[in-house]
Amino acid sequence: MKLRIDSTRCQGYGECLPPAPGLIDLDEWGYARLLVVDLTDDQEAAARAAVDACPNTALRLER
Amino acid sequence: MTVTVIHTPSGGPAPVLGPSPDRVEDLASYLARGGYRTQVEPEELLARVEAAGLRGHGGAGFPTAVKLRAVRDGAGTPVVVANGEEGEPGSVKDRWLLRARPHLVLDGLLRAARITGADRAYVYLSDHAAERSVRAALAEREPGLAVEVVRTEPAYVAGEESAVVRRIDGGPALPTAKPPRVFERGVGGAPTLVANVETLARTALLAASTGRSGAAQTVLLTLSGGRGAPVLTERRYDTTLRQLCATHRRDEPSAVLMGGLFGGLLPLTVLDLPLERSRLAEAGTGLGCGAIRFLGPDECPVSVAADAVDHLTAESSRQCGVCVSGTRALRDTLAALAEGRCDADGLANLARWAQGLPGRGACALLDAAARLASTLVSGFPELVDDHRRAPCQACAATPPEAGRRLRVPVPMPVATAAASAVANLARPCASAGVG
Repeated sequence: MKLRIDSTRCQGYGECLPPAPGLIDLDEWGYARLLVVDLTDDQEAAARAAVDACPNTALRLER
Repeated sequence: MTVTVIHTPSGGPAPVLGPSPDRVEDLASYLARGGYRTQVEPEELLARVEAAGLRGHGGAGFPTAVKLRAVRDGAGTPVVVANGEEGEPGSVKDRWLLRARPHLVLDGLLRAARITGADRAYVYLSDHAAERSVRAALAEREPGLAVEVVRTEPAYVAGEESAVVRRIDGGPALPTAKPPRVFERGVGGAPTLVANVETLARTALLAASTGRSGAAQTVLLTLSGGRGAPVLTERRYDTTLRQLCATHRRDEPSAVLMGGLFGGLLPLTVLDLPLERSRLAEAGTGLGCGAIRFLGPDECPVSVAADAVDHLTAESSRQCGVCVSGTRALRDTLAALAEGRCDADGLANLARWAQGLPGRGACALLDAAARLASTLVSGFPELVDDHRRAPCQACAATPPEAGRRLRVPVPMPVATAAASAVANLARPCASAGVG
């Protein structure tokens, strides 16, 4: 699985960080920056939680 | 305003400039040069495109044969687009090409449609003179395929492929997030070829040639900077930057702004590099759309970087928060550097943003801004250091102006009828010994 971000949708809520701290970082303006794109099996649950946490559906998983 | 000079290299091939780049090529002239006529099977032409190593001339330089094949093999009936929206302020070649040689571009577009199996084609542009020329060409010859001209408002990102598709589909000319790429899902959801007009012109030239062809061995270039007139030319890839600069003017430049605003600002150590893609890539730069600015002795690289990033900041489509914040931060820091008030933190920030910002926006505008900052800091360390200590007079004389100084006027080729009228008018003067 791949973790994808649509930068046009990221509003900097920061809700994705707590569920997936090793996969996502916030930059100095609060926008999400992916640390990992190609997910290992044991990273998938955290990535899914981050996707669900975004209030603006900026994140998604892709096969 | 200065007029851009068209320079045909003596002895060198210039297949896209053609024999009379100052004139609009009408249908009769194009047919006389073998245009539209050659029957080449799509597979054969695709093989020629691949063998010639043709790459896109819009900026990214993607292999054309790979793109054609991906569109052809996609799910659904493909769409082809001739992309003539030239957003780089320092480039004029695409608008010149559409104005002067519309049939060459249309020929290439129709051949791309045959290769991909497309049933619809578009010519996408913003330039009014180019639009008139393309419409006149379409009226001269029935293309045998639905070809629609779509005009957009000129903007830096309007020619980015996803912006092109969005505009043709009736939306704003603004980029979208990838994937999907337009070759997978483009106009109306169909696999779409968005090809730069020069790339299509070269495809047509490959179709018209027999045997070995030089159609992919040259590149259209827009040269500017310093006090001399800007130059539109076509040169072989083995030409060095130093030779190009000599075409343009006599004095030694102070730096080179490469690839429109995409290749960064480079020190003079690059002057002996040829235009070959691999050699430029080794030096951390690229030809992009073929726009090169040789900075004059009165132009400071810091001021040019600040001005270019000011332009990119103004041209951000403001869809991605990171682009709005990132370009603004880069612009403000470069402006501070130009005014002699950038501290160590500012320089550290520039280095950090240069690493962290590329790849984060939906399009590559933010990458261009970051590369301008990073190449300035890495290529001109002493100059940057001097700017921290004392204000620079050249920078003070040229504060950021949203890239206005970087803009190059587009040559206006004359229509054949107008050309003969001018010739008729000129004759009595010549016989009267005026001049």
